Amino acid sequence: MTDNQTSNMTQREILLFAIASELAERDRLTIHIAAHATADDVMLAIGDACPELVQWLPSCRLAINQVFSRPDDTIPENAELALIPPVSGG
Amino acid sequence: MLPISKSDRVLVAIVDEAIDIASYRHLIEDPDVGAHAWFEGVTRRMTGDLQTTQLSYEAFRPMAITQMNSIGEETLRQFGLYKVVIVHRLGVVAIGEASLIVGCSAAHRKTIFEALAIIVDRLKADVPIWKKETFVDGEEQWVHPT
Repeated sequence: MTDNQTSNMTQREILLFAIASELAERDRLTIHIAAHATADDVMLAIGDACPELVQWLPSCRLAINQVFSRPDDTIPENAELALIPPVSGG
Repeated sequence: MLPISKSDRVLVAIVDEAIDIASYRHLIEDPDVGAHAWFEGVTRRMTGDLQTTQLSYEAFRPMAITQMNSIGEETLRQFGLYKVVIVHRLGVVAIGEASLIVGCSAAHRKTIFEALAIIVDRLKADVPIWKKETFVDGEEQWVHPT
């Protein structure tokens, strides 16, 4: 990554729950993504920031402002981001 | 706790205490409906050879409420239901106690059986609630859908 790319990165927080929170040993994770990053980019950044989560990421979904995202959705500025592991309510 | 709802026909709630299903029955009543149906999901003791002592639930509460409302509203429209109630409990739920109740009412019986199953299936697929199972030997494990 070049210095120019690094300077264009923004810091974002990801909310963690259940097994993701347990594996990461925290309930929020800080990542760095580019200004027009997609949900897919966020998932990759989560893996970079917390290798303990990598094996679970394929079964997790990213929620943007409490709505399940698609891989190519762009992350809005100031959006609330949450990593949603496989759910098991009921 | 009073249910949280977007309309007066769909009532959803997430509670931290035991669910008394009787206290919710009036929410789906109406003189013009001919059928009420309820599903009550409870903690099961045995799964094959494994003995469970309790389940413990956590949620991403605001998103869970939003998703439950969406499921209720969409199912209500799809099946022409009169009322829908969805209540999920969080925290420790002992054997035999309810973690989930779903109720709905309609003019006739046929639609509510299918609607009830769809509401529960969709809740299990798309509502950010998670359960951890504790076994009799003390081992704990997050439950994941298969």
